[in-house]
Formats: sequence, C-alpha cells, structure tokens
Amino acid sequence: MFELFKESSAAAVAEAGPNGPLKRRSFLRFTGAGVVLTGLMLAGCDDNQLDKELSEAASSDSKNDNNRVVNVGSGDFGILNFAYALEQLEAAFYAQVLKGGYYASASEAEKLVFKDIEAHERIHRDFLKAGIAANGGTPIEDLEPDFSSINFGSRSSVLGAAKAFEDLGVAAYNGAGPLISNPVYLGLAGKIVSVEARHAALIRDLIQFGTFVTPDVVSQSTGLEMSLRPSQVASMANKYLKPGSKINVSKLPRE
Amino acid sequence: MNILNLISEIERVDPEVYERLDQRRQMFRHFAGFGKKLAVAAVPLALGGVLQKAYGQSSGLSEQIKFVLNFALKLEYLEYYFYQMGLDAPGLLSGQLRDSVTIIRNDERNHVNFLRSVLGSAAIPDPGAGAFDFTGAKGGARAPLFPDVFTNAGTFFAVAQALEDTGVRAYKGGAPLLISNNTVLEAALNIHSVEARHASHIRTVRRGGPQGIPGPLTSKPKSWISGDDNGGPAPMYTAPVYGPGMPAEAYPSEANVTQAGVNLVSVFGVSTAEASEAFDEPLDPNTVLAIAGNFIK
Repeated sequence: MFELFKESSAAAVAEAGPNGPLKRRSFLRFTGAGVVLTGLMLAGCDDNQLDKELSEAASSDSKNDNNRVVNVGSGDFGILNFAYALEQLEAAFYAQVLKGGYYASASEAEKLVFKDIEAHERIHRDFLKAGIAANGGTPIEDLEPDFSSINFGSRSSVLGAAKAFEDLGVAAYNGAGPLISNPVYLGLAGKIVSVEARHAALIRDLIQFGTFVTPDVVSQSTGLEMSLRPSQVASMANKYLKPGSKINVSKLPRE
Repeated sequence: MNILNLISEIERVDPEVYERLDQRRQMFRHFAGFGKKLAVAAVPLALGGVLQKAYGQSSGLSEQIKFVLNFALKLEYLEYYFYQMGLDAPGLLSGQLRDSVTIIRNDERNHVNFLRSVLGSAAIPDPGAGAFDFTGAKGGARAPLFPDVFTNAGTFFAVAQALEDTGVRAYKGGAPLLISNNTVLEAALNIHSVEARHASHIRTVRRGGPQGIPGPLTSKPKSWISGDDNGGPAPMYTAPVYGPGMPAEAYPSEANVTQAGVNLVSVFGVSTAEASEAFDEPLDPNTVLAIAGNFIK
C-alpha cells in the first residue's frame, strides 16, 4: 500500500534540489544580490515576528478550549493536512446536502450531480488521511464543521455554498501546489484540483448557465485562475468550522 | 494591452508580482504604498522583458522549463485557433453557446499571450491558423476525421471536449517538471484549472445543459471523466485522450482507480465510476503531441 509514495520520495527530494526544502529561499537570494543593510535588518524582524506567532500557536493546545486551534503542521505533510482539512469540510458539507430538504426535492439532474460530488469529496478526504498516515505523517483530527449559515432546505443557499467551497478548493490547491517539495505529492494534488475545478464550473452553470469562468476567479487579462495563499484559505474555511476546530496554517512553507 | 492593467491583473493572481519585478522587496515591504509606485515607474517599456525577468527570476528559464512552456504554448495556439475558427464559421454558434465559446476563446488567447510574455524571445513562433486542420484531414493528406467540425455544433463541441480534456492532462503531466520554479509552476497550475473549467462546461453543453441527464458517456458525458468515458466523443479517434500514456505506470488511463498504490474501490468501498471520477490523470508530452498531431497539417 502506498508504495508509489515511498519509492519516489528519495528521488523526489533529490530532484527538488536547492529550491525544494529551503524555505527562506528569497531571503538568501536577496542577501546574495547584495541588498542594503536596512533590508537585512527588516528581514530579520519578519523572522522574529514569525517565531512569535509560531510559539503562540503552539501554546494554545489544550482540549475543550474554544481558543484552541488545529495546526496543520509544517512541510509537505502540513500541506497535505491543509488539503485534508479542506476535503473534510467539503465532504461534510455534501453529506449534509444529501440529507437536506433541497436535495429531497431537487431535479433528477441536480440529485445526480450532488450524489457524485459527495462521493468524490469523501474519496479525497479518506485518501488524504490514509496517505498522510501511510507515509509517516500524522493526519489532523476530525474537524467539527459549523454549517449554521447554510440553509440546507434552500436551493440557492446550497448552490451558493457549494460554489464557495469549490472555488475555494481550486484556489487553495493552486496556491499551495508550489509550496509542495515532493513532486509525487504535487502530482496527486494536480489530479484532485482539476476535479474540483470541474465541480466548480458545473455548480456555477447550475446557478447561471455560462458562468463557469468569471472575472472573480479567472483574470481577464492573463486567463490565469487566481490562487489564494493558505492563510487566506484558512480564514475563509474557518467560517465553517466550530470554535476549537479552526485551522491554523502558520507553520506551512511560505514560499 | 495596457501594461498597468496587466500588472494589476497579475497582482490579483500573484500578490508578489511587484516584489518579483524588483528585488529590493524587503525594503519596499516596509514602505507600504511606495513599493508599487516605484516598481511600476521602473517597468521597462518592453512588456515581454518585464515578465520574462519577473518569472524567469532574472537568471533565465532552464531548458526544461522552456520546453514545458513552449509545449503548453503550442497547445494553447491549437485551442485558440480552434475556437476562433468556430466563432468565424457562419451559422455555427449563436446565443448562449456563442457567448460561452467567446469566453473560452478569450481565455485561450490570454494564455497564449501570457506564455509568450514569460518565454520572451524563447517562445516558438505563432504557427498561424493555416497550420491547423481541425477536420483531421491533415490538409487533405488523408480522409477527414471530423468533416463537419465547423458546420455542425455537435461535432464542434465533441472536438472541443477532446481538446480541453487533453489540455488538462497535458498541464497535469507538465506541472511536476516545473517544480524548480515556483512562480512558473503556480502560473501553470492557474492555467490548468481554467482548462478544467472549460472542459466541464463543454461536457455540460454536450449533455444538453446543466439539467441534462448523463446518458451514454460518449454522447452525454458527465462534467467529469467517468472511467475512460468509453473512449470519449468519437472513440475511434478520441480514445487516446482518455487512455494510458507512456509509460502507463506513470500515466495511467482516466479509468485508473489506484492512487499512490491504494485501490480506492477495495480500500474505501466506493464504486469504480466514483473512484475514477475523483481523480484526473496526467498525460506525457509524446502522447499529447500524437493527439494534437491529428489537427496539425
């Protein structure tokens, strides 16, 4: 099980080379470029601030504490846990949709769509959890969603939330992809993100046909979809997570 | 093209574009507001040079990255000219379908321009519309595969689906080769997901719109690839779009249900269709070129 992960990891590290594991690449690049002294001092300030944030995040780790956060961790496993958190959220959302009033009276086509998407997200969730564990990482705990802002009896509420989750998922994978060091993990993320994009386009077409690509998600100058950084994704995802289950991404690679 | 608008658009995608444009980012970061103005004031007139510098990170792009980006550019030209010819074909597209194809054509044109900007002088020349024959007859060298591609909307969307699904697989195959340059990698991912959105929409059109019920996977597909879609819109010609690449171990067919050594069906108890749909598969450059070659004279 998971042989592909394991066999490839050594080669992956070698292939990633100097750009992969080195998190402060830009810092070094700028020192190499002969940046002025003030620049170096200011860069140092950023690192101190980061360390302070990290220690604060680590200190709030007691159970039954609403201020407690679930830190997804660092490195590639951190990225995979970040993805696992999002897939947990999506899978829980679609499971709830299938039990709700909207789904019960939805058109045959929409029932088929939501049934498929629920299965896909459940598979993504279970696969990521198993994959993280099988490769020596520790999957984060089961997150407790808070969908109180969604009316599962309302078609527009459900479709609007589905659009938000799918667009967020695509932007999150796109933004996190370059932070991954191991090309095998990057390839797996790529296999998932295009399925999320297919979901996003269809959900949007269900809301209004022809809105599969709009300027809020795809630049009209470059044709590139807009990424979100993990910190931006976390703050959006946390709106749908209960206190105590909110995720923290402060230890993830930044570049 | 307005350079300030373009930079501003890129900023939406890549918040650090100003930092890439000027290596003194650590200083700029602490002088909020000044950085952008200074960086824009410093932008040379040649847009291509600016983007090449920003995305090439001053040291130039590696040969591997140039290869992958030029390969992508070739596919984007193929797609762009396909949609442009469709829009130019009298009576082929009207109403909502015309609007959708226009959106997709614009995205492909933007992808062409973006990739050209990143590659700068290393970009392949524009092949021009005349390089392509979307009937698949290779300019008359063989019998056409899709003789009515620009007179029958059904055929047009069938070919469009094959091209978009190929594009998604091609970018997916190329992404890990870009891992040494995070900026270029992210841009490629940002194109990859747009191609997937296009593919989804075209598939939705082919089954009669979002309220259409999926039927035979070849003619009324889901918005995602299910199994190998029984070979796609025209199995005799499009099966390679959904089949395995070379080597098949690294580039399995879209029907694949084993990810990272885990058989999703047996381990998670899901159906074969669900397991295959949940993951798209990459394709290698040679297989992609063989597919694209059907439309190149």
